[in-house]
Amino acid sequence: MGVKVELGRRYRFAASHRLHTDQLSEEENARIFGKCANPYGHGHNYVLEISVSGDVDPATGMIANLADLDSFVEREVIEVFDCHSLNEDVAAFRKTVPTTENLCIEIFERLKSFPKAKLERVRVQETTNNSFEYAGK
Amino acid sequence: MVLITRKIEFSASHLYHNPALSPEENRRVFGKCNNPHGHGHNYTLEVTVAGEPDPVTGMVLDLKELKEILEREVMQRMDHRFLNYEVTELKGQIPTCENIARVIWELLEPKITQGQLHRVRLYESADLFADCYRNGAR
Repeated sequence: MGVKVELGRRYRFAASHRLHTDQLSEEENARIFGKCANPYGHGHNYVLEISVSGDVDPATGMIANLADLDSFVEREVIEVFDCHSLNEDVAAFRKTVPTTENLCIEIFERLKSFPKAKLERVRVQETTNNSFEYAGK
Repeated sequence: MVLITRKIEFSASHLYHNPALSPEENRRVFGKCNNPHGHGHNYTLEVTVAGEPDPVTGMVLDLKELKEILEREVMQRMDHRFLNYEVTELKGQIPTCENIARVIWELLEPKITQGQLHRVRLYESADLFADCYRNGAR
């Protein structure tokens, strides 16, 4: 037995999106996505929560140095998404609907190569009432 | 199985310093957290116990009992203390969120006899926390 320790960290970014797919008719888009399909999009203040695991280094007491984790997340996620349109500015969402489910998967894919610890899961809060989690396949 | 979570808050000071490293290395690795006189946080601790509700009482465990365990094991040890100097279990360790959470897990795990300790989550701030689980449980 023994204990597994994970480090959790929260970040924030604001972005706009529009839920709409060319694979459906305008009527179907409106029926499925409702207001989220409005043509000019809308935005959210997203809260991203990530958990990483690994051995706690006895010299530092840390799974990963926060400065390393923060700069990695800043470069891979925050700079790419913050104050951007997910549909227009993020290549992954040119063809994929930027729901928060898909956003979780995209963020997981971007962060899983963090070299100093193992990415366990990402959780994205779209509003205080909606949150989504992805822990890889 | 049902999970039950109790939350407590405590305030404590700490600093990050490894005597095996040079002053410059300590500064580089730990940054402001290496300031010699320390600094403090309001810690929030969430303790989650897993179990089946007792058919008579409807409880996984008596919350009053959990409250007393948390008071004795955590509050009396850590609240309004300097973690580096006053908490025996942290002697020789850097009192990071990871290490404090693990020490709390190890203190609580044998004391919880109704149900089973499932998770210890310790927030150092709203944006930084550590989780502990039983190895293999997650």
